[in-house]
Amino acid sequence: MSLNNQGRPTGAGEAGAGAIATISGDRGLDHEEKLIFELGHGAVGVDLPDVQVPNDRLGGMRRKAPVGLPGLSEPETVRHYVRLSRKNYAIDSGLYPLGSCTMKHNPRLNEKMARLPGFGDLHPLAPALATQGALALIRELMTWLTRLTGMPAIAMSPKAGAHGELCGLLAIRAALAARGESHRTRILVPESAHGTNPATAAFAGFTVDEVPAKPDGHVDADALEAKLGPDVAAIMLTNPNTCGLFEPRVKEMADAVHAAGGYFYCDGANFNAIAGKVRPGDLGIDAMHINLHKTFSTPHGGGGPGAGPVVLSERLAPFAPLPLLVADGEGLRLIERKEDAPGGAKPFGRLSAFHGQMGMFVRALSYMLSHGRDGVRQASEDAVLSANYILAALKDVMSAPFGDGPCMHEALFDDSFLEGTGVTTLDFAKAMIDEGYHPMTMYFPLVVHGAMLIEPTESESKESLDRFIHVLRSLALEAKAGKTERFAGAPRLAPRRRLDETLAARKPVLRWKPAPLQEAAE
Amino acid sequence: MRYLPLTAEDRRAMLAKIGVDNVDALFRDVPRDAMAPLSAFDLPDAQGEMEVERFLSRLAAKNIAAGSAPTFLGAGAYKHHVPAAVDHLIQRSEFLTSYTPYQPEIAQGTLQYLFEFQTQVALLTGMEVANASLYDGSTATAEAVLMAQRVTRRGKAILSGGLHPHYAETVETTAGLFGEIRRAPVTPGSAEDLIGLIDEDTACVVVQSPDVYGLIRDLKPIAQAAHAKGALLIAVVTEIVSLGLLEPPGAQGADIVAAEGQSIGNGLNFGGPYVGLFATREKFLRQMPGRLTGETVDAEGRRGFVLTLSTREQHIRREKATSNICTNSGLCTLAFTIHMTLLGEEGLARLARLNHAKAAALADRLAKLKGVELVTPAFFNEFTLRLPKPAAAVVDALAAKGILAGVPASRLGGAADLLIVAATETAADDDMAALEAGLKEVLS
Repeated sequence: MSLNNQGRPTGAGEAGAGAIATISGDRGLDHEEKLIFELGHGAVGVDLPDVQVPNDRLGGMRRKAPVGLPGLSEPETVRHYVRLSRKNYAIDSGLYPLGSCTMKHNPRLNEKMARLPGFGDLHPLAPALATQGALALIRELMTWLTRLTGMPAIAMSPKAGAHGELCGLLAIRAALAARGESHRTRILVPESAHGTNPATAAFAGFTVDEVPAKPDGHVDADALEAKLGPDVAAIMLTNPNTCGLFEPRVKEMADAVHAAGGYFYCDGANFNAIAGKVRPGDLGIDAMHINLHKTFSTPHGGGGPGAGPVVLSERLAPFAPLPLLVADGEGLRLIERKEDAPGGAKPFGRLSAFHGQMGMFVRALSYMLSHGRDGVRQASEDAVLSANYILAALKDVMSAPFGDGPCMHEALFDDSFLEGTGVTTLDFAKAMIDEGYHPMTMYFPLVVHGAMLIEPTESESKESLDRFIHVLRSLALEAKAGKTERFAGAPRLAPRRRLDETLAARKPVLRWKPAPLQEAAE
Repeated sequence: MRYLPLTAEDRRAMLAKIGVDNVDALFRDVPRDAMAPLSAFDLPDAQGEMEVERFLSRLAAKNIAAGSAPTFLGAGAYKHHVPAAVDHLIQRSEFLTSYTPYQPEIAQGTLQYLFEFQTQVALLTGMEVANASLYDGSTATAEAVLMAQRVTRRGKAILSGGLHPHYAETVETTAGLFGEIRRAPVTPGSAEDLIGLIDEDTACVVVQSPDVYGLIRDLKPIAQAAHAKGALLIAVVTEIVSLGLLEPPGAQGADIVAAEGQSIGNGLNFGGPYVGLFATREKFLRQMPGRLTGETVDAEGRRGFVLTLSTREQHIRREKATSNICTNSGLCTLAFTIHMTLLGEEGLARLARLNHAKAAALADRLAKLKGVELVTPAFFNEFTLRLPKPAAAVVDALAAKGILAGVPASRLGGAADLLIVAATETAADDDMAALEAGLKEVLS
């Protein structure tokens, strides 16, 4: 070992000392972190006056027992959450190839704009006089979304994609009732659909009839048309579909369902492949939700919040839910009650307390204004280009179930290239974690075996894509060569090894309890 | 375009590798007549940060932010002070830009805070288990009614007239598909007779406390009556800070608690995103909607957390799922749980007492004005006044003076002369004096 003139080592020393057991249990930057309930010690992280209210007006309903919350100061609280944050993968730290989830860059300008007090600190029931700028922002976003989709109307209140699906299906339900055709209760859903599609159909009181996929990954349009009938309310198609393919017969299917008296709901989760290139309104759809947290880059936030505005055709527009945004001589205002709805409007009801995910609206509009129509179009092209580049670079070592492509914004592989290796899709994905990557979407869509769905998005540089391709090629070649050590038991280099999900479900522990209670429960 | 890393040269090289001449060749399956040229979109082209910021800042400036004026608006959304650490921490990239924690080995940060959040919600509400959040209080209430319909295999839901009318409409729109939703009429400031409405077909009774007029309700007799008929009691809380001072629904016999968590950690945001809290009894666990985080161990025996019991959820169970929800309120739960950690037992109790003291002082001040009557005898931080003039006109007149006086009940379908007024810890003495003086002037 080399030393400097104070006796301080300047070299790396002995190599290969990776797996030592530490005294603290922490490992370098990876700190073990207790629960707040184990850290709390009666400190307080806020300074508030200790006001007593001896003559309270609580009607005798004052709390008798303490809540049981732990007490931490601000520095302890900040350290706790910073340490927790470091156990998470994030799009800001690396390529996040989750197919169908669309993990693209989240511009920080959007965060700054959403925090302007005029938006972030604005009460939903403030008088119209105090909210004209917010209502104008919503109207501007409505304009962008209807023009990008080529649709005449939009409902802004759905709070996420699945909530948007519910909005669309309830509008269809109301339209059918208005036609005196409430006997139409069947909805056709492809087997490749997101789970939310059949779940929403059931949630909205419909029955679900599955449509098979063809061997080429497209929905079987002939089978779909054969299932149409006088009891069909709608079809629910994802386009581009969950295999990452555009449905070439989409207009034909739209015409067929319309001829049969039903409606066409489109799951817009993959709108990011075609925004600025194709207007869904030109494809014959009646309703489509737009995941602002996918296509328009509002942050996923570890599982939400999202926003799922729904564009509607002329036929469904009258049934859009409350509240409605209208402009009159005095400016913009919200219609909050059915009896106040303008002529022709027959709102099907209300989806939530207020007017939708305003915080997400600001971010999405900031994204759109920044990109412009040309940037939105370029982003879609780059997303599709990057996915095809990955497909082209990996198809000889991994297995693409639907041939050589092209695909849209995501590249689908199955597990046939792993056949006989003993390595599963799960093992392959977990080995990616050790290589510094979040795994791709696994085992979805359900129409191929051991699915691996890769969506690079437009946010990756070519150098980043090349490096990712190199790692995946190398992993695939190692697996095929029988060098499977790195797969079994992966990941080894993450904050945790594989977790026992069976145990978690068999003996659910869903909250912390003080030690004696914990033991008593076991 | 500042957000797109690929250069023209990169694009050419990538197209060559793929073996096509241009990017439109990749859109092969799109019918040619559905390919829209750029000119088909009547929208502006890209703008720099500076231009976008200028445009949006000017729109924002046309609104009256709660923090810029004396503010007494409530009725389901409340202005509270959020400690600076909360917004800083939720903007950590690893929280802000991560996905749903489906890969637990590299998502322990999210999973652990969700486990802590679930525990905090269970403790606050006095319930046994809580989920990892729903969209907001109103959708949580609708999900609670749907769950009660599943648990009891009955359709009818009885809604208290004190339930926020927008919540009631949300319930009618969704759970109304599966059974009768009956809204009990109410006199603001008093409790209606719900017990007489419960029968053998009743799945649940839904009671909000404090109710939309601010009145604190006693849930115990309703719980007993509901249970005697095999029905569930759903307790709704729109102001979660109240549970720092009030008897929790769990101690009063509630079977499900659906609540709005916005008051803790989250801004007003003109109505969203907010955070729906959902808690229940352990025996109903497998009928719960939404994601759940559970404790387990990893391959080396170390404690870790995973999403669990997902056989209830849409991505596994599809049309047989307990709900269609997928994306929930992840980052809003983080804001909630950080703020609650900063408060702790003592901070929450002080915050709740301060809110109540402010509201009590304001109610007494305003009730002394000529023609003004306090109609809510028992309240937490929100109460209702009867005014000698239509409340909506009074609110508009005060807004023109820069005072956000409250929510006219007529905005929610209530009586024209009622004004719902909230006072939180943010209501300073000069704010209250401004409201008192302004109201006196407008009413004279």
